[in-house]
Amino acid sequence: MIIDPVTLIVALVTISTPVLLAALGELVVEKAGVLNLGVEGMMIMGAVCGFIVANLTGSPTLAFLAGMAGAAALSAIFAVLTQFLMSNQVATGLALTLFGLGLAALLGVGYEGQPIPDVAKPLPEMLRTIPVIGPIFLGHDLVTYIAIFAVFAIWYVLKHTRLGLIIRAVGESHDAAHALGYKVIRIRFAAILFGGAMAGLGGAFLSVVYVENWVQGMTAGAGWIALALVVFAAWKPGRVLFGAWLFGGIAALQLRLQAAEIGVPVALLDASPYLVTIIVLVIMSSDRARTALNAPAALGKTFHATG
Amino acid sequence: MTAPLLDIRGLTKAYPGVIANDDVSFALQRGEVHALLGENGAGKSTLVKMIYGLVKPDSGAMVLNSAPYTPAEPRAARQSGVAMVFQHFSLFEALSVAENIALGMENPPKPRDLSARIREVSHAYGLPLDPESLVGDLSAGERQRVEIIRCLLQDPQLLIMDEPTSVLTPQEVEILFHTLRKLSAEGTAILYISHKLEEIRALCDAATILRLGKVVGECTPADVSAAEMAEMMVGKSLAVPARDATEPGDTLLAVENLSLPAVNAFGTSLKEIKLNLRAGEVLGIGGVAGNGQDELLAVLSGERRTPPGTVQFQGRDVGTEGPNTRRAGGLLSAPEERLGHAAAPDMSLTENAVLTGQSRKGLAKGGFIGWSRARSFADDIIAQFDVRTPGNATAARALSGGNLQKFVIGREILQDPVVLVVNQPTWGVDASAAADIRQALLNLAQNGAGVIVISQDLDELLEISDRFCALNEGRLSEPRPARGLSMEEIGLMLGGAHGMAEAHLEELHPEANS
Repeated sequence: MIIDPVTLIVALVTISTPVLLAALGELVVEKAGVLNLGVEGMMIMGAVCGFIVANLTGSPTLAFLAGMAGAAALSAIFAVLTQFLMSNQVATGLALTLFGLGLAALLGVGYEGQPIPDVAKPLPEMLRTIPVIGPIFLGHDLVTYIAIFAVFAIWYVLKHTRLGLIIRAVGESHDAAHALGYKVIRIRFAAILFGGAMAGLGGAFLSVVYVENWVQGMTAGAGWIALALVVFAAWKPGRVLFGAWLFGGIAALQLRLQAAEIGVPVALLDASPYLVTIIVLVIMSSDRARTALNAPAALGKTFHATG
Repeated sequence: MTAPLLDIRGLTKAYPGVIANDDVSFALQRGEVHALLGENGAGKSTLVKMIYGLVKPDSGAMVLNSAPYTPAEPRAARQSGVAMVFQHFSLFEALSVAENIALGMENPPKPRDLSARIREVSHAYGLPLDPESLVGDLSAGERQRVEIIRCLLQDPQLLIMDEPTSVLTPQEVEILFHTLRKLSAEGTAILYISHKLEEIRALCDAATILRLGKVVGECTPADVSAAEMAEMMVGKSLAVPARDATEPGDTLLAVENLSLPAVNAFGTSLKEIKLNLRAGEVLGIGGVAGNGQDELLAVLSGERRTPPGTVQFQGRDVGTEGPNTRRAGGLLSAPEERLGHAAAPDMSLTENAVLTGQSRKGLAKGGFIGWSRARSFADDIIAQFDVRTPGNATAARALSGGNLQKFVIGREILQDPVVLVVNQPTWGVDASAAADIRQALLNLAQNGAGVIVISQDLDELLEISDRFCALNEGRLSEPRPARGLSMEEIGLMLGGAHGMAEAHLEELHPEANS
């Protein structure tokens, strides 16, 4: 039984990309004080919209944009319900996941196994074939590079820019932000759409690049893992990246272990990425006082403007 | 006389069912400290919210610097040079001082420059602040400094302060007034809302009085007495709480040699507390916040248990009993924090009435709540203490602070206590309601109950107490008869360990030292 570390790392990065994108989007949403439990539903909407457009147009770029738009449209329903009609965020988010899964299944009827174009790699062949370094660092898809860049961009924006400060302020105390004249609902609406688009991009990557097929329910809990990542990563983008790679790494490893037919039940191996990721992140965030400091204080609370 | 800085002409704002402001007009000069007076619900907050752009007037006009002024939102108000310090701080606890200040500015400078500016301005006005510290770690006084500095950094022409002193210690009030006088001398106009009439007399140049949304008078606070101002606010003369002299009866509550370590790092440990309360007397306990008031109340109410033999109630050792057992016996209490301690914010007034009244009022039998009895008990409180609320089904958090205070105090008084312990009974309550609460406490004592009033309002304590003692760093002084006690003597009783705060004041008033 030989596991090639280079292909393992390449697989790790690829598998982790959808989870990473969705978790980063949800991180921004939660930093703005909104708990959207519909990540799984938005991801699968992104996956089906991306796959259909890739099949119909043959353009990966349009496919990714369609995935983002489809998931953002779904998140807009959530935004209208929770921000304008002030529905409960937990219940609405759960409903969004169920609705997204059902709607995606409906839209995807007849597309299973349909051909889609290959997605070209952004860097030239010459660089990608450099031993070891090529596949690990230079051989990925554009969306993967975008996801990793987004980790730094979101960290920088939240930490060092006025926009980030306003987002954090709204998530910390919507009443105080409102008293200072910030448009709480508008800011949260935009954050929810951003979270939807990121989840949609993750979903489209899953169907168009990673699996290259549409399968009903193909996200298989990736959206839930993304949600868990955000909380256990204490709302820190860097830790989200670590958590996503950990998840991707175990997932890639267990597939290889399954192929090697070692004497461990397949069900246990299947569950291992979820288990290990959550256990490690729980241990990392066990200092509750510090984690609480990072948690948006107004998370999940309904904002009702008065006076 | 030059044109006024802000001229308000006929502002009117109606909410469904109530006219908050009805044709309000007044003018504010440059450098003037102008008080806005009125009872709870007189329309002061609505008026300043219109000036700050949070609420749009239905009709009327405002003129700022001889130009029409119609702020669509707070941002526009800030750009016009109007800044506001809120009654409930609009601060973000998990953000640093500098980040909080940046959020309240239109064009904040770079973080490093901003931190330097904060240090510079805060020291110039005697309000030292560390820009990097988290707001969640600051005291109420320091948080208010953050709000004030945030306003000052924008060089406002008009600074609105909505009840700024209600959460401050006397020392912090002194520092704040020093800052405000300095600002006023530099030409900044200050619109000052407060219930504390003596403060207004000490600080303000002019006052406009509102009642039920209308301007009912103007005065120069220094020239009229606090009682006259209170009469203008209420529209009738205020009854000074009074009662007939009674001889104190038997000892009801005795605390002996009680020492208790603090619960956490921010608490105060109680040290060798000894007190004795007799039937028919009011014992006043004064002291600056954070000297053990909350801890003392917790010990008396039963929230914290104490070793046997330390707390005796009617000759019975109750130190190890919980609050419910003590309540059943007639030892009642009302803590300072209204929302979340004295009342459950999201529960209705009826439910809150059941929470403390169930045993003495027989509101629950065999585990079932008697809702009709509970509702009539809640209605009694609402009627007798003039609690302004749509009904007994309203959530506690929907009431204004003063109204909820009337409810939580009334709830205990109507349970016919043998001993009642209250902490800050009139905090944030307007003058006439405060007088009613004090009168109710006195009536209780007159009818033979023992009352302990813990308060930071020394005037209140002198008005209603028979004996006065001071709580200082967890130690309780020997009680002295309150009658004839002068403020200087009280100051000495409270003084003891407040060398730090005094040194700070001397720094601000070097002349006082020389």
